Amino acid sequence: MRSAAAIANDVKSGATSAEAETRISLEAIRAHNDKLNVFLFVDEVGALEAARRVDERLSAGDAVGPLAGVPVALKDNMCQRGVPTTAGSRILEGWLPPYNATVIDRVLAAGAVPMGKTNMDEFAMGSSTETSAYGPTRNPLDPSRVPGGSSGGSAAAVADDMTPISLGSDTGGSIRQPAALCGLVGVKPTYGLVSRYGLIAFASSLDQIGPFAKNVTDAALLLEVISGHDPMDSTSLPEPSPSLVDHLDDGVAGKKIGLVRELYEGADDDVIASVHRAVEALRDAGATIVELSIPELRLGLSAYYLIAPAEASSNLARYDGVRYGLRVNADDVAAMNEATRTAGFGAEVKRRIMLGTYALSAGYYDAYYGQALKVRTQMIDAFRRAYQEADLLIGATAPSVAFKFGAKTDNPLAMYLSDVYTIPTNLAGDPAMSVPFGTGEGGLPVGVQLLGPGRSEAQLFAASRVLEVADGRS
Amino acid sequence: MSPPLRREDVAKVANLARLSLTDSELNQFTEQLGQILEHANDIAALNLENVIPTAHPFGLINVVREDVLRESLSRAAVLDMAPDAQDGRFAVPRIMGEAP
Repeated sequence: MRSAAAIANDVKSGATSAEAETRISLEAIRAHNDKLNVFLFVDEVGALEAARRVDERLSAGDAVGPLAGVPVALKDNMCQRGVPTTAGSRILEGWLPPYNATVIDRVLAAGAVPMGKTNMDEFAMGSSTETSAYGPTRNPLDPSRVPGGSSGGSAAAVADDMTPISLGSDTGGSIRQPAALCGLVGVKPTYGLVSRYGLIAFASSLDQIGPFAKNVTDAALLLEVISGHDPMDSTSLPEPSPSLVDHLDDGVAGKKIGLVRELYEGADDDVIASVHRAVEALRDAGATIVELSIPELRLGLSAYYLIAPAEASSNLARYDGVRYGLRVNADDVAAMNEATRTAGFGAEVKRRIMLGTYALSAGYYDAYYGQALKVRTQMIDAFRRAYQEADLLIGATAPSVAFKFGAKTDNPLAMYLSDVYTIPTNLAGDPAMSVPFGTGEGGLPVGVQLLGPGRSEAQLFAASRVLEVADGRS
Repeated sequence: MSPPLRREDVAKVANLARLSLTDSELNQFTEQLGQILEHANDIAALNLENVIPTAHPFGLINVVREDVLRESLSRAAVLDMAPDAQDGRFAVPRIMGEAP
């Protein structure tokens, strides 16, 4: 499939139409969706309508946005008016949101064509899409392996050329890890850069929406479109969307980039080799490399697996069978609540709700949740010190290439370790992105991760662009 | 350092979270949650007495909007998605027992 930038140019020049591009995408989805289980709902009618609106504007001579006629896939935790939205859970089966998430209004305003809703780990809790109530998504590069998660469907949609770009959400690595496992660019923006209005909440102080793309330029285009202040999200940053595309060729000459031991230690050899080759490419492009150790990052996993479940246990209390979603009837309200939640939530969601409830409960609050919040402070301070030594940081995205189905499902802690390198940035609220660089076991892609201080997206994209060129991807 | 997680702790938490577990789920969750909490003991054991907790990455400050009327979702659009509604309201099963 052609890039989003190329499609938008051709739609605007009249070389193709939004409807024709939408039909190409629908055909690609139809060809493989049964096998890969990427889309939970394909919005054929809505997509064709949105495409025709773009074509009508063009023929009337009206302005169209930077993504004119570009098909985009949406993770199924983003509310779209009248379109089934489940967050991968039985408890929301059949629910039709009465409003649009801000990101959906923004991609529509930019001329993009939402194609449907992609599979995900239930309520974004997982690293493989195996916790989805609707079955796992297969990795298009090797269908015996997971695509990563939780935004595995959005990653697979782009990796399989169903759409050139997609949106995911990243609470502890849920965009960057599947991007790495599917050979894509994936971005977790600065907390607050992208509105969360209409994003089904998992852990509100960590969740952030971001783009997947096959190349750095398309990811920048999509992030520019979705970012910027939104009065509907009180945690939204006040400033307008940053300029990213104009800075893609800024390079890294004169920049200091910190290679962080804790962000690759314990990874497989093929992953570590890619990280070192990426570091060499940045050095060749004029960056100075400094080796850093940030021991506080080793505490990130524990802090995250107390903070995120604590927030989730509170956020998911709303699924009580009263206002929307599933209801399992019983004689009184309390029994109805319990029967509904017991039937509607899967095992991983129950595990996290209970973990969070326990961490917040009397007698354990100080030892677990309170302590985790203090570790979060230490993490932020440690990053701040690191960014006095270096402009950006680099490490691995995930400890291994895409793994086989079932490899980690019996051991939640092993699954959680998939996110050990991505979690610290969510705790700090900083941006980070995964860029494919080289291959590992079985020719599968490896992702390297670039991290920066808050609002450093333009620098991250410029460094990612250097890696993309060095890896022969442009 | 907190004591190991017991089966009755998990049963209590499940009740607080409005979840009912089978015996085998209770056993499995006790083991799995115990492993996760054991991993978390690395931070439970730290001395962080003078560290200020962070609940939010950039420190939330109250955000207020202009006090003006805005259109909101219609009652019909909201109730349309409810499992049960009567007379323009969400309907639920009995909340209290019979009067004595």
